[in-house]
Amino acid sequence: MAEKPKTPGFETLAIHAGASPDPTTGARSTPIYQTTAYVFDDVDHAASLFNLQTYGYLYSRLTNPTVSVLEERVASLEGGRGAIAVASGHAAQMLAFFSFMEPGDQFVTSNKLYGGSITQFGRSFKKFGWDAIFVDPDDPENFRRALTPKCKAIFVESLSNPTGVIVDLEAIAAIAHEAGCLFIVDNTMASPYICRPMRWGADLVIHSTTKFLSGHGNAMGGMVVDSGRFDWAQNDKFKSLSEPEPAYHGLRFYETFGDLALTVHGHAVGLRDLGATMAPLNAFLTITGIETLPLRMERHVQNAQAVAEYLAGHPAVCWVAYAGLPQSKYHKLAQKYLPKGAGSVFTFGVKGGYQAGVTLVEGVELFSHLANVGDTRSLIIHPASTTHRQLTEAQQIAAGAGPDVVRLSVGLESIADIIGDLEQGLEKAMRLRNA
Amino acid sequence: MRGLDEGWIVDHDDYSDQYLREILASVRVIAMVGASEHWNRPSYFAMKYLQDKGYRVIPVNPQAKGEEILGETVRPDLAAIPEKIDMVDIFRRADAVPPLVDQAIAKGAKVVWMQLGVRHDAAAAKAEAAGLKVVMNRCPKIEYSRLHGELAWSGVNTGIISSKRRKL
Repeated sequence: MAEKPKTPGFETLAIHAGASPDPTTGARSTPIYQTTAYVFDDVDHAASLFNLQTYGYLYSRLTNPTVSVLEERVASLEGGRGAIAVASGHAAQMLAFFSFMEPGDQFVTSNKLYGGSITQFGRSFKKFGWDAIFVDPDDPENFRRALTPKCKAIFVESLSNPTGVIVDLEAIAAIAHEAGCLFIVDNTMASPYICRPMRWGADLVIHSTTKFLSGHGNAMGGMVVDSGRFDWAQNDKFKSLSEPEPAYHGLRFYETFGDLALTVHGHAVGLRDLGATMAPLNAFLTITGIETLPLRMERHVQNAQAVAEYLAGHPAVCWVAYAGLPQSKYHKLAQKYLPKGAGSVFTFGVKGGYQAGVTLVEGVELFSHLANVGDTRSLIIHPASTTHRQLTEAQQIAAGAGPDVVRLSVGLESIADIIGDLEQGLEKAMRLRNA
Repeated sequence: MRGLDEGWIVDHDDYSDQYLREILASVRVIAMVGASEHWNRPSYFAMKYLQDKGYRVIPVNPQAKGEEILGETVRPDLAAIPEKIDMVDIFRRADAVPPLVDQAIAKGAKVVWMQLGVRHDAAAAKAEAAGLKVVMNRCPKIEYSRLHGELAWSGVNTGIISSKRRKL
């Protein structure tokens, strides 16, 4: 009896998945197909493409050969059936919910999300009639209690930005599935190298590929990955996939495309109508970045752990919220869901409040003071004086962005230089306090 | 359920790429049971695609017998097909499968293929015992395109890793 070929390892997939040599030229690196459209063989071929009866490129708002390579790459790393690349992480969230939400529908979401997602869900989604119900994710039962008959999904982040909250993915997945709801997990902060949410029951995984996947702080992008395991016909919540689609003459996506239904729908309807397409150049940069994802993530978490331990022992620091530290309340969950490390983005509190935070971010020389995470470069921000400055102090504290909070995204520079820069920055903050 | 195929164990929950590749490379004439004349039905999609890839597809549908779909005359059942057929592709509910398997065996087909959502393990075992290969709960259009690099055009994870240049 012959053995089946083994599934390649993560590192192999990170380099090869989706990217065979270019069939036309033999180019080994994925070419940048900088084109808006593609010629039809004849009228019949064009009709087949428009009717989704054959596979092929039609118009780059929907699909593009460079972008397709990235989609397959990320789908493969997440263990998904397919993926839809979009212009940003926010576009990914918009497209994911757009694929099944109708006006009046609801979903339950963690209230410990990236602030931009809270605003998108809480404000802009309202304009579509989509109602987000926010709950504290620390107790999975909070999701069950908040579910209503109109709920279609539960949304969480595997590792929250910037609060470092880790949720019990497996328990929440079970609650979602019992209610016939989708379980959607944003895996941006962990990356598939550290956490594979589909292993724990996620149906869709969302990424801002702008962060660790592209990894170099040079390309915007987002991704919706579909596990292909969700039964869209199990109830009447997902009619856009299970019932006839008028714009495609009554085609039923689930019946016609099976476990590819959402992937096809995301391109043929989602990208067609939302138009938040990823640029081929950004796809190329992200493909190149992902090739080194395993190596980068290994060093990111190693450096982050060292910085967190250093800060935890520093006299100018009041607290450190990093799940890699044994004193973190999320340490146990981190060991289960993020066994390779608790990511490299976290917050800590600096003694001396607002002014000390400002002095620190202005005093560092290696860390870059900016609003991004997941770069090769170490990044720092003081949310109270930047991203969260419109909020009252009470609102800032509720959002985990109080006056003393500083967020780091620990990069890949020499660890001695990273710690040395924080050392001198914290000294400046302490001098101010003692002055 | 598992069937034996030339030294390979056929896992009907997880077909190997090689098993599907060999089937798709060996068949030329496909009888499509449940073929529809409506262009927005999945069977029409599959028939049109498979024709484009060089397969002869003969539609079988008692409700539409004598009509034409995509240039082919619709036959009322497998026995009414004058030509030899290599594969029977079933677009019917699972409970309609057992008599179709009997007809496929009688007609001398080499493969019984059941579409997405269609699975009948007992009928599959009977077909395998008669020497036929069986695929269940899959679509030949999707599998052909996946194995030939076309499905990757839509962002699908094909599971294929290769450092070789694909033939156009």
